[in-house]
Parts: sequence; structure tokens; C-alpha cells
Amino acid sequence: MVGPSSHEVAGTPVTDLPLRQAQDEVLREFSMSLQTQIETLRSELSSAIAGADSEAALETVRVSALGKKGSVSALLATLGSMAPDERKTAGPAINGLKGEIAGLIETRSAELKAAALEARLAAETVDVTLPLKPAPTARGRIHPISQTIDEITAIFSDMGFSIAEGPDIETDYFNFTALNFPEGHPAREMHDTFFMKPGPDGVKKVLRTHTSPVQMRVMQKTNEKPAASYITPAMDPPIRVVMPGRTYRNDSDQTHTPMFHQVEGLVIDKSSHIGQLRWVLKEFLKAFFEVPSVTLRFRPSFFPFTEPSMEVDVQCDRSGSEVKIGEGNDWLEILGCGMVHPNVIRNAGLDPDVYQGFAWGIGIDRIAMLKYGMPDLRAFFDADQRWLEHYGFRPLDLPTLFGGLSS
Amino acid sequence: MKFTLDWLKEHLDTEASADEIGKALTMIGLEVEAIESQGKALEAFVTAHIVSAEQHPNADKLRVCKVDAGTGELIDVVCGAPNARTGLKSVFAFPGTYIPGKDMTIGKGNIRGQVSNGMLCSNAELELSEDHDGIIELPEDAPVGVKYVDYAGMDGVVFDISITPNRGDATGVYGVARDLAAFGLGTLKANDFTPIPSTGPSPIAPLPHQFDADEPKAIRKFAGRYLKNIKNGPSPDWLQQRLRAVGLRPINAVVDITNLVSLGWGRPLHAYDADKVEGTMVLRNARGEAFDALDNKVYTLDESMTVIADDKGPLCLGGIMGGIRSGVTEETTNVFMECASWDPDLIAQSGRKTGIVSDARYRLERSVDPALTEPGMELATRLVLELCGGEPMEPAISGEDVFPDTRVDFPLAEVNRLTGLDVSADEIEAILGRLGFAMEGTGPVRNVKVPSWRPDVTQKADLVEEVMRMVGVDNVPVEPLPRLTHVAPRMLTTIQNRRRIARRALAARGLDEAVTWSFISHDEAARFGGGTEDRQLANAIASDMTDMRPSLLPGLIAGARRNANRGFADVALFEVGQIFLSDQPEGQHTYASGIRTGTATLDGAGRHWSGKAEAVGVWDAKADLAAVLDALGVDIEKVQVLPEAADWSHPGRGGRIALGPKVTLGWFGELHPALSAELDIEGPVAAFEIDLDAIPEPRKKATRTKPALALSPFQPVSRDFAFVMDRGVTAAAILKAARGADKALIKDVGIFDVFEGSHVGEGKKSVAIEVTLQPRERTLTDEEIDKVSSAVVAAVTKTTGGELRK
Repeated sequence: MVGPSSHEVAGTPVTDLPLRQAQDEVLREFSMSLQTQIETLRSELSSAIAGADSEAALETVRVSALGKKGSVSALLATLGSMAPDERKTAGPAINGLKGEIAGLIETRSAELKAAALEARLAAETVDVTLPLKPAPTARGRIHPISQTIDEITAIFSDMGFSIAEGPDIETDYFNFTALNFPEGHPAREMHDTFFMKPGPDGVKKVLRTHTSPVQMRVMQKTNEKPAASYITPAMDPPIRVVMPGRTYRNDSDQTHTPMFHQVEGLVIDKSSHIGQLRWVLKEFLKAFFEVPSVTLRFRPSFFPFTEPSMEVDVQCDRSGSEVKIGEGNDWLEILGCGMVHPNVIRNAGLDPDVYQGFAWGIGIDRIAMLKYGMPDLRAFFDADQRWLEHYGFRPLDLPTLFGGLSS
Repeated sequence: MKFTLDWLKEHLDTEASADEIGKALTMIGLEVEAIESQGKALEAFVTAHIVSAEQHPNADKLRVCKVDAGTGELIDVVCGAPNARTGLKSVFAFPGTYIPGKDMTIGKGNIRGQVSNGMLCSNAELELSEDHDGIIELPEDAPVGVKYVDYAGMDGVVFDISITPNRGDATGVYGVARDLAAFGLGTLKANDFTPIPSTGPSPIAPLPHQFDADEPKAIRKFAGRYLKNIKNGPSPDWLQQRLRAVGLRPINAVVDITNLVSLGWGRPLHAYDADKVEGTMVLRNARGEAFDALDNKVYTLDESMTVIADDKGPLCLGGIMGGIRSGVTEETTNVFMECASWDPDLIAQSGRKTGIVSDARYRLERSVDPALTEPGMELATRLVLELCGGEPMEPAISGEDVFPDTRVDFPLAEVNRLTGLDVSADEIEAILGRLGFAMEGTGPVRNVKVPSWRPDVTQKADLVEEVMRMVGVDNVPVEPLPRLTHVAPRMLTTIQNRRRIARRALAARGLDEAVTWSFISHDEAARFGGGTEDRQLANAIASDMTDMRPSLLPGLIAGARRNANRGFADVALFEVGQIFLSDQPEGQHTYASGIRTGTATLDGAGRHWSGKAEAVGVWDAKADLAAVLDALGVDIEKVQVLPEAADWSHPGRGGRIALGPKVTLGWFGELHPALSAELDIEGPVAAFEIDLDAIPEPRKKATRTKPALALSPFQPVSRDFAFVMDRGVTAAAILKAARGADKALIKDVGIFDVFEGSHVGEGKKSVAIEVTLQPRERTLTDEEIDKVSSAVVAAVTKTTGGELRK
């Protein structure tokens, strides 16, 4: 199987014993010559290996030395034709060379690989300080009104209130009559209320001036299903609902916009009273403003749909540029409330001597401004990207009671 | 309403401080807007003596004065007042003093070459009256160098309270005193309403009420009294000061008396110069006449407004404002004093129609005690006789007052039932008694007679409020509302959740949530499918806020335009809100809509080292829409995407998302270029609209368990096909055909290449699809794969009319 050697072995053929002396001499000569060959090869190959500047060059060296036709392989092949004595010394010597060369190649190969990797890494290096584009979640914003409604929802749903809704285009009946507004009440006039042009159905319609008509829709049982799925169906007492939504008044100045947002609350059962109303409002405001305590001042007031009626001021500090709820010596009017008027309960088809309850209304935009410090209500509806970015909330700022309303 | 502490003490015997009174007023529902020291703004002004006044050398109308302001040296002051003369005592402001009537701070100056170190002041400059004809003239004996407020006695405390519409009884100082007395802050002083004997018959007959039966009639009872031979003139200082303190301008004694009674007792009066009345005085409705009112304006009065008229026309718009023609002046010698009772609603109506805001209207539209009509007239008579002399003629009275005479059966337990307060029967009786409510009977239910000045009290709850406000709402014990369930159940409805999720999903895609007006311009509404009359406001506040919006897009586009005008052309905005398909409740839907403009794509807008942002387009809109549907649990693979553009969309770059033949979930597309021009927005706009109400309610599930997961142990196999077909064939059709080729085996079909060009033929396109097969029972053989492949090719070529690309 061993192929023809590429090297002729130097020396004379082996002869008989009388020539022993001569033979020994030859052998000596031969050994010397093998030794020289090995030394030469070692020196040549070592420098070739060291000089290989790439894996490919190294491979060429390897093939030239250790390949089938390689120089070391050829030397090895001469072992076959040697006398056993010769082989005894030549074998380890040549195999030693082979192992040595293989080791050098391996070492060099590792060096070259490391160098190549280093070069690649150097070439692949980038400037990691180059700025990114902001991620979509870093750019998008939730409007403060939506965030505030979510916060209100988080608090009241925990207190056992569901969220009720009604239409923005409301009938005069639900907006006024059912809520005990007498005919001729100033709120029913054009300068306060937006009226719709008369429609084909002949029903007088307005843009609701408050979220209170939802009270009536929730209380007044009918046999008909609500006209649309978003409208909360009437329910039997005990009723506990909050009703956030858009409201409209024919008013526009620094602190009023013709459209704004309110949240109405309603409790109807057989026992709820003003003491509990005070508790609900206090707990809500404490939770909403995320302060350990709030001090409220209840002032008797007047609304057609509640009796007794009250306005509520919250104690605050207005000395600085921002309003601080829960401290200070100033009062800030924040909401209206009262016991649902017996006429309203009656209009809903309930007996006011049996059923009772309370209701309140808060301006959503207003408490958002108080909590988050927006100075101008009109900017809420301007869609100014800079305003939204500044006052808006990140998409994953989810207000919860367990995680905190705001972070 | 304003009043001073001194004035209150005319009616209330109290030791309470202004602060205590202020707190009490707020607590009982008469909210204090402000408590001010009357002279606060004028603290710095001093009395002064003009030692000399000489003509200014360089100005005809100016004088150079030497003023002694008590500082020990004479001050040079240049003054332009015609009455600035040597020897006059007046009021002086040192440099640095704020002049309220001019809204400026006086400094040291040099006026036309003459030094001026301060200012001599007029009443107008001190906002004491509108008199700016000259500087204030003080009596000769006035001291020099004292605070003017001290000298003038303006050291009182002024309360400004707001009165709710139900409390007509508290629009007079007397009524306020009655409430405070009931609260326990003093004793109410009695009034002297004793009738004044007449000296002769009235030259003016009781006014006839000339109304048809079907006419609105504002007048109820008219009491008039002719006061003969009076001597009118300026009213005494105490009266002038009292009126000034509350912001009224003293006019003359008779007029000042009417204001005193109006503010003091909440009982408006009106005085006519009887000599200016021509012919017979009557009560009737106006006839469209022009009326010169005392505020120097002319009003046209219509048939719904009651007037007091003579032969020449209206003398007074009843209950609201008198006329110039019969106005009382200092020269008036015969007065006809009116004290009348009116219908509050009709007064309010006439007031709103004319826009006149007057002290009379403020009181009469709330309600004035009908029992005060004649006493009010007697009170006025007494005051006129005291201040102006004269002879009272017999009262001329016509008409009938309306006394509700309300009685309420009042279970005392109502107080506790509605408020949670424990108040004893005796205390309830005492409180109501002090407020004028008479309680009869014993036991748990009492009969309560409501006093004539409280027509707002008609039932039990009203009485509870009276008791509660006197005890103090702050004294109602706070009590937790019992929970109905311990752990709250789900509280949001499907649509409420959808709105919340849609908002977060869109914000997470980099869009900013806007809240825009529910009403838009008529043109915009009409352009987006609205604008019908039923959705129009009868009384819009502005011409661009006339119609209820049929779409959220006009508002968003307007927002983008405003941003562009500020230099931000790349915006991504969305809104989740109501739109109106009609004026009916069911016409209101919640839409989630959004727009992207310029280069505001998902990756962000503008230039960046990593690559330039592309212009927004239909794919951005479709992706946003799909993301919302996905967030709401709608399988985008199961809805139909139809090449039917919305009216607002580029016809070839917009589509409709449908669920079956009847339900449209939404639209997406690029804004039609013609509409962009119309709406004045530059650059590309990608828009979408989703009708959140159109998404079907998810089916109620019996269990929360998800279906078992069936995993195949065999590797999926995929095969690619390319087809050439007409350009108009939709991807949806290709995918549907390919999927349908073997529903059991084909798991997924995707399109990985679409191109057009001359090498595929004019009007043609090449579409390459990847079909993924999922064997379930064993590895597929080549024959089986070939069979499915043939089926796919056959189905697609048949449906599309195309052919397999070789």
C-alpha cells in the first residue's frame, strides 16, 4: 500500500559479513545522513510553518510535509526498505519529526485562527453610541382624559361601582324634565344648552349638559331593551354606578370649553345617606390624588336633582405654582353632590319613601388638571403633538390600584 | 351679593367676628366668595390741603399746586382738575401708590417742565364713583395727613356671598341675618313695618291689569304710593357710604332708598317721577315698543314682557329696570313709589331676552317674599319721609299675591334616614322655628308650615336640608358604604374594554391619542358622510362647530394641519370616541380612528442614520387597523379585506374590512388627493377607521378552558409556486383558492413575492406563494405532495385565470 518513495535512499546495498566493517561504516554514514535529512526537514518545515500567514498557506505546508506525497511521509516510507537495525533508530526519529511538525502546524493553526477572529472582530466593530430611533411604545401617548377615566374606573370598580353610559345627544326629558328641572329653568335656555335642530321624530333633543341623564336611564325600568349596546340597561336597586362621559355647554372662555368631561356617581338602595356619601367622596379623592389624607368641606348648595344638595371643597395649598391637594389652607371647589331628589326617584318609577341614595358629579378634565398640572383646558382638545407628548401617558402606564394609579 | 358687617348688624344682634360670620355663612350654604376690608385698596391715600394752586407756565389746563399732606413739607403736584384751587381739601396719593381707577402706580414725574411728586385724586380714580369731573372736595374742616379711609369711615368689612337660585329669601341683608340667627350667631332684630297714615287720596289710581286671559302675565300684585311735595337731593353720608361699600353709586335720596330696601330686605322697589307720567298708569304687556332704560340703552320689548305704561308708552320694564323718561332726579318733588310682586319665571325670561342684569331682576327671578309687598311699600314711605319729607297719599294697590301656603307632613326620622345625623325632635323644632317654619303636633310625624319667604321648600327632603345645613354638614358622621360583594366582579362592559384596549394598542404603535371636538364644520361633516339636518345644532357656538361628527377623521386631520402649521408635519394621531350616524341613541357609535402624516410610520418619522423613513401609505393604515383588531381578539385572517375604498380614500389605495355581507368593521387607505387639497393638508395621509360597536359580542363561553393543543410529530413541508395573472386579481382570491385546495393538509399559505413589469406582460403580475403542508399521521410521500401541489395550481389558475409561471 505504501506508494513509491520520492527519495532515493543514499548508501550501498547490504552485503555479506566479510563486509561487516564496511557495512557498519555505511550504516553510520547512513544514519548521519538521515539525521541530517531530519534536521534539514525540521528546519525547513518549521520556518515554512512559522511563515504561513493564512490557514490556506499552512495547509499547503501541511500537505507538503505530512500529505501522501509530503516530505515527512516520504521519509517514513523509507523505513520499509530498511534493515531492522536501521529501522530501530530511524523509525522513532522520523516519527518524532512527524509528530513535531504536526504539533507545530496545530499551534500555528490556532494562532492563525485567533488572529483571524481578532481581525474579524475589529472589522465588525461599530459605534454603539449611535442613537436609536425611539420605539413606538416610547413615542405613543394616552390622552390625560383617558388616563384619568381609567384611574377613576380603577378606584370605583374596586369600590363595587360599575360603569354606566348613555348617549351624548339626549332628549330634553332625560337631560332636564326627569331630573326635576322646571320648565323655564335658566339651564334650559339657548345660552347654556346646545339644542339639536328638530328631527323628524319631533322629540326635543339637546347635547347633554351633564352626565346626570344616565342616572335616570339606569334607574328607570322599562320593558324595552336599550336602543344600543353601549347604553347601560336599567337595573334594580341596589344600584352603584359611575358614569363618565362627554358633556356640552354653550360656553367658551379661559376656563370653559363647549365640550368637557364629567363623571357622575349614583348609589340607590334603601339606606345610603350623606354620611356614606362623605365617606365615598373622601376615599375616592384620597385614592385619586394619591395622598394619605384629604380634608373636605361640604357646603349646602342647590341642584334641581338633589335634595339636600352640597358643593364640596377640598383643602389644598395654592401658594406655589401648582395646587397641592391634601395640605395647605386654601379651599378649592371640586364637585357637587347630594341625596337624589325624591322627585327624581319618583320619575324613575321608584318610591322615594322606600328607596334613597346619593349622587355626585365631578369634572374629569378639572381633576386631571389639578392632579397633573395642565394650566389650560382648551389645550386638551387641540391635538398638539408637543402637548400630548408632555402631558400624555405611556401606553403601558396602566393605572391599577395594585400597581399604583400613576408611577 | 355684597353687604358690610355694619349693615348686617342693623339686622342681627351679634358679637361674632367677621371671620366667624364668614365661616358660618359658607357652612349654611351662603357661600362666601370674598371677605374684604372696605378700604383695603385705598389704605395709602391721605387727606391733603392745597396750600396754593397756580397756573402751569407751559400748559393752559394744568395747575401747579403746593400740597400739604401732613409730612411737614409742601409737595409740588401738577394737577389737571378744573377744581384744583388754593385752599381746597382733597385726597392725595404719594408716589408709589397704586391708583385702582387707573390701574397704574403713580410715580415721581416732571410734567411740562414742572416737578410733580404725587397725585390729587378724583372719586373715579379711587373707584368710589364714576365722578371724574374733578378731584375730591372735602369739607373745609377736614384734617390733613390722615388716611382717607379712616376719615371717610370706610373701615368696614365687606362680605361678598353667592346665592343659589333657590334662595331668594337670602338676597337681602335681613334674610342673611335670619339664617345666621337660626345658625346661632346672634339674634334677629325686628323690622318696623307699621303702616304710615295717609294724608289724602292717591292722585294715581290703582293700576289696572290689562291682560287677556291667554297672555303671559308677570305682575301679581302692584302696590304704589304717591309721595307728595318731597325735597329730593343727595342722600345722607351714611346711606351713600353704605351703597358705595357694596359697589353702588349713590344717585339721589329717593333712588338710594329704593336700593337700600332692595339690598337690605331683598325687596326691590321702583320710584317714578309722578309729574313725568302722562295720562293713566297701567299694567300691560309690551307691544314691541322701544324702551329707553335707565342704563342708557334702548331695548325693544316684546309681547311676553310686562310693563308699567302710561299714555305715551312703557315707563318701566316690570321687575327689571325703570325708564329714563320717568326717572327720579334731584329736582323731583312728587314720587310714585312702586313695590310689586312678580312671577319669577317670567321675570327671568324677560331678563334673559333683554340681557339686562339688575339688582331687581336678581331678586325677583329668584323669588321675593309675597308677604313683603305692602310692608316694603311702608318701609320705603317711612324712609322717604325721614330723608326727604313730603306727604304720603293713600296706597294704590291692585292684583293678588300668590301665597303657596305649603304644609309638609314631616317624619322627624327623615333627618336620620337621609343624612345619618342624630338630631333630637326638640332640636329639629328649634332649628326650623328659628328659620320661620312652624311645627305642629307631637310624635314622630309633625306638620310643618313653610314660611312665605321660602317657596323653594315643598317637601320632606327640603326640610332635612334646612336641619342639616344648620347643624353643619361637616358634623354628619362619616360612615363607610357597605360593600355589596367582597371581591368586585368584572365591572366593564365589552365596549368599555374595547375602547381601553384600542387606545393602548394604538399608543403602543407610536400614535398619540387626541381628543377632538364632537362637533365639526358642516362642510367637513358633509364630506365624511354626515351633515344631515338631524345632526346639526340649532345654536352652534361657532361656524366650525355646527354638525355632530360622522367620523373622527376630520378632527384628526385638522389636528395634523395645526401641527404642520407649527412645523411638525409628521404626526401620528388617533382618537377613540363617539361618532354620530343619526341623532338617535343607536346612531352613536364608538370609532377608533387614526392618521399618520408625512413619514410618521411605525418606525418613526424623519431622517436617521439607519435609513430614511418612507412616506406613509396604505400599508401603514392597514397595519394599524389590523393591530387594533388583533388586540381586540378579532382574527384578521378571518375577516374579509375588500378592495372597496371609503369615500375619503384614494380609490385604488384603500379598502374595507368586512365580516360577512352586512357588517363593516372599518376602512383604511390613503387620503384622497382631492380631499387633501380641500382640507388643506400637505403630503401623504394614511388613515383608518374602526367601528368598535360593529365587532360582534364574543360568544359567552361555558368554560375558560382552551381547546386541547394538537401537535403533529411530523415536520411541515413547504412548496413554492409562482403564477402570472391579471393585475386586478386580488391576493385575497389567490390565498383563498390555494387554501381551499386541500383544507386538511394545507396549514398556511403566504405570498412572498409580487412584481409587475414588461417581462410578465402588459397588465399582468407575477405572484409567488409558499404553501405549507402539515402532515398529521405520517410523513408525506412525493406522490402525495405532488397531488396537493397539482390541486393548488389547479385551484389558483382556475380562480384567477392565471397560469403557473414556468
